[in-house]
Amino acid sequence: MDQNLKIELSKQGIVTTTLEELYNWGRKNSVWPMTFGLACCAIEMIATTMARYDLARFGAEVFRPSPRQADLMIVSGTVTKKMAPQVVRLYNQMAEPKYVIAMGACAISGGPFKQGYNVLKGIDRYIPVDVHIPGCPPRPEALIDAFMTLQRKIDEQALTGSNKPRHLDPDAPSEFVVPRYGAHDLDPPNNPEVWVILNNIDSCGTGRDDAGED
Amino acid sequence: MNQTVTDSYLPIVVLAIAAAGFAIAPLLLAQLWAKKFSPRKPGAIKNTVYECGLESKDDGPLPFRPEYYLYAIIFLIFDVEVIFLLPFAVAFTGLTIGPVIAMLFFLLLLAEGLVWAWQKGVLTWV
Repeated sequence: MDQNLKIELSKQGIVTTTLEELYNWGRKNSVWPMTFGLACCAIEMIATTMARYDLARFGAEVFRPSPRQADLMIVSGTVTKKMAPQVVRLYNQMAEPKYVIAMGACAISGGPFKQGYNVLKGIDRYIPVDVHIPGCPPRPEALIDAFMTLQRKIDEQALTGSNKPRHLDPDAPSEFVVPRYGAHDLDPPNNPEVWVILNNIDSCGTGRDDAGED
Repeated sequence: MNQTVTDSYLPIVVLAIAAAGFAIAPLLLAQLWAKKFSPRKPGAIKNTVYECGLESKDDGPLPFRPEYYLYAIIFLIFDVEVIFLLPFAVAFTGLTIGPVIAMLFFLLLLAEGLVWAWQKGVLTWV
């Protein structure tokens, strides 16, 4: 629909919309995160849901204690290599469409513990992350900002066409490889498939710092 | 008369149908939407029973000791017995010999059961 016509009609008190807009409007305002905290960032995540910052304003106060009912995984904190398979398995168990926010330096890259032998250097090695929030830990405002970014992202998703999101593509994988505990490291150490998907989605492949590769 | 009764229930029937419609319509719409737009993406991990990120190790049905249940059932039986004993006690002075013997027989059966359970070692907590 022509945008100018739409604006003109709305001036006359006539609201026009498309099924896609309506669907995404409903979806972006009812993103239910999973009750899932890994480290100190989780404390900030909890604060975000409480009265002072009130994530309920964005329709996301319902933290679901089951991955089956959750839309959003907030990876809030350091992902140890012992925890990584569980995180990926939980992500796999979430119903489509599902989104991931990597909260804080640790979830993005390992953060201050990057050199640690037991720390995963970014959860995006195994699961596709939609929004990264820097910070150590990020303040609740930053999480809210990430949330609004995710809402904008959901709002822009097309239901049909070639650039439709991953969950609407029948060929896109529903599950990602769950790493196993190897002799010295997780096996596989990362899942390149994740980055192929991410590059396809927003075609902004960032140069990643792999200095801490082990 | 019959006609008026049928008429008075008609709004309730209509409301019941409307209520069911409100419940069923969103489910049907969601199903239709899923058919049209979102492909099903099942998977081995996604369909697992346990949903806490850990792999389930054993079978779901665990072996458990039935002792507690026997204990509980015996308690329940004597609990119910009290319900019968109370009216018996209230009406005791006005009763003839027949009902008293019947009641004592009932008590004897239960006491026998208790003795049997005792002999089986149900009352001994291992």
